Amino acid sequence: MLRFLFKRLFHGAIVLWIVATLTFLLLRLAPGGPFDRERKLPPEVLANIEAKYHLDKPLLTQYLRYLSAIAQGDLGPSYKYLDRGVGAVIADTLPTSALLGLLALLFALAVALPSGLLAAYFRGSWIDRACMFVASLGISMPHFVLGAVLIWVIALQLNWLQAGRWDLWESVLLPMITLGAAPAAYLAALLRSTLLETFGEDFVRTARAKGLKESIVVLRHALRLSLIPVLTVMGPLTAALLTGSFVVEYVFAIPGMGRFFITAVTDRDYPLIMGVTLVYTVLLVCANLLIDLLYGVVDPRIRAN
Amino acid sequence: MTGVKQHSLLMHWSLGFVVAIALAATLAPWLSPYSASGLEAKRILTPPSHEHWMGTDGLGRDLLTRVLYGARVSLTVGVGTAIIALVLGTVYGLIAGFKGGGTDNFMMRIVDIFYGLPDMLIFILLSLVFGRNIAGLLVALGLVSWVRFARIARGQVLQAKEYLFVEGARAIGASRGRVIWRHILPNILGPIIVTLTYSIPSAILAESTLSFIGIGINDPYSPWGTSWGTLAQDGYRAMRTYPHVIFFPATAIFLTILAFNTLGNALRDRLDPRRT
Repeated sequence: MLRFLFKRLFHGAIVLWIVATLTFLLLRLAPGGPFDRERKLPPEVLANIEAKYHLDKPLLTQYLRYLSAIAQGDLGPSYKYLDRGVGAVIADTLPTSALLGLLALLFALAVALPSGLLAAYFRGSWIDRACMFVASLGISMPHFVLGAVLIWVIALQLNWLQAGRWDLWESVLLPMITLGAAPAAYLAALLRSTLLETFGEDFVRTARAKGLKESIVVLRHALRLSLIPVLTVMGPLTAALLTGSFVVEYVFAIPGMGRFFITAVTDRDYPLIMGVTLVYTVLLVCANLLIDLLYGVVDPRIRAN
Repeated sequence: MTGVKQHSLLMHWSLGFVVAIALAATLAPWLSPYSASGLEAKRILTPPSHEHWMGTDGLGRDLLTRVLYGARVSLTVGVGTAIIALVLGTVYGLIAGFKGGGTDNFMMRIVDIFYGLPDMLIFILLSLVFGRNIAGLLVALGLVSWVRFARIARGQVLQAKEYLFVEGARAIGASRGRVIWRHILPNILGPIIVTLTYSIPSAILAESTLSFIGIGINDPYSPWGTSWGTLAQDGYRAMRTYPHVIFFPATAIFLTILAFNTLGNALRDRLDPRRT
């Protein structure tokens, strides 16, 4: 167990290093700099600014300096938010994004588990067809379209909620649905198809033949095995939730990390872009580690190995 | 049986829709009497009417014309990206699968790392380097989506390598290129085509999303027209009072992605009968 954890952490560190290096190189390759203005800065001023951020040093020096800084947890100064470092900006905005992402994930699971289960159990019925029809729509609907539809119907026409606020508990509802809808649709369709396969397996027939209650056959025997493919897609799904938050935070004007990332891209605030990219990678690596541990919980055979 | 029939009906509708959009994109200048950039102060933000089926936007431009031109951006990006990704990914996967062993292991490790990272993130970083025009976008999106093809192609090659006729071709001394080109490639084409049909809508989705949040294509003088994502963003700002400006581009994006996804599902079911 410990060895497994250690190996995975090592692997995660390598991924992080590759991402850090690639981002560093990409942003140095990008044409145009963060200090390009409509009116050109005088060369002396530009030289001063570059000296302040060590941009006048050779590339390798900059790279090593950057690596040693992030290894110590220092994400550097932001070019845009001069009074705060990148670390401070992220510390301010990450909790908001994490809350939204977590709620969206819970929402997706809360919708996908029952609807996938019902659709598979009543295969071919109107329930099945309705669920899969809605799922196919949900998969094809871009976040910003769904967000706009929800704001238009719920906030503007029905006046049930206010859009563009983040200070009430119910402000989180529309963004959560917007972010969680596509994963919900995807998970429901996936769960349905794996459940259909599992229902045909021998061990399900055995469980039924033993005279177990139907609910136990379905929930404890069939569903448990079908959760493995669901776990497998959790990694890419976490990635999708992270990047989906860019759009959702933009549409609903939520002060989260995604929105700051978008502004950082427009401002070419390179240290902030790199910082957010690294935080995303760390989150992903952790999520994947957690998923690997969950495999063992769901399937004891994997734990043994 | 009814399931299959329903499926093929849906597939025909989707195919029809895709063909219609492609025609509309190609024939945009002839289909519409208005110009995509023709401003007219007298008709700013008019709702849909007889002359302007989708109404006009904030600068008095005919929205239908702009949506037709926008189809050019979406389709070019979708199809172009898919083709770039297909070529890159299939070649990569073929080499990995065919070589096998340590080379394969190393090559697929790289794919795994790319696969695990969020598409949009890499894509945004790449678009900073390649510029915010159609060509730059195609390269950036292609570089992101090739991994899917690489995985599929490699898996298929590993299977196809075991076929008897491949072994036979090798036994009679066929060159490596001939074995790959004539014997392996035709046999792995099915899943690759299915992946292609799924790649087109994801590219369209990525492009329109980026344009919506204002970091996608930024090229006001492009002869290609304005992206649906940008049109939707214009409409989003005026949604409270003039909902028609966002309604039509958003619907166009949604229906196009839906049509391609439905086509992909139908193709997958046809080519892989086990799944039905």
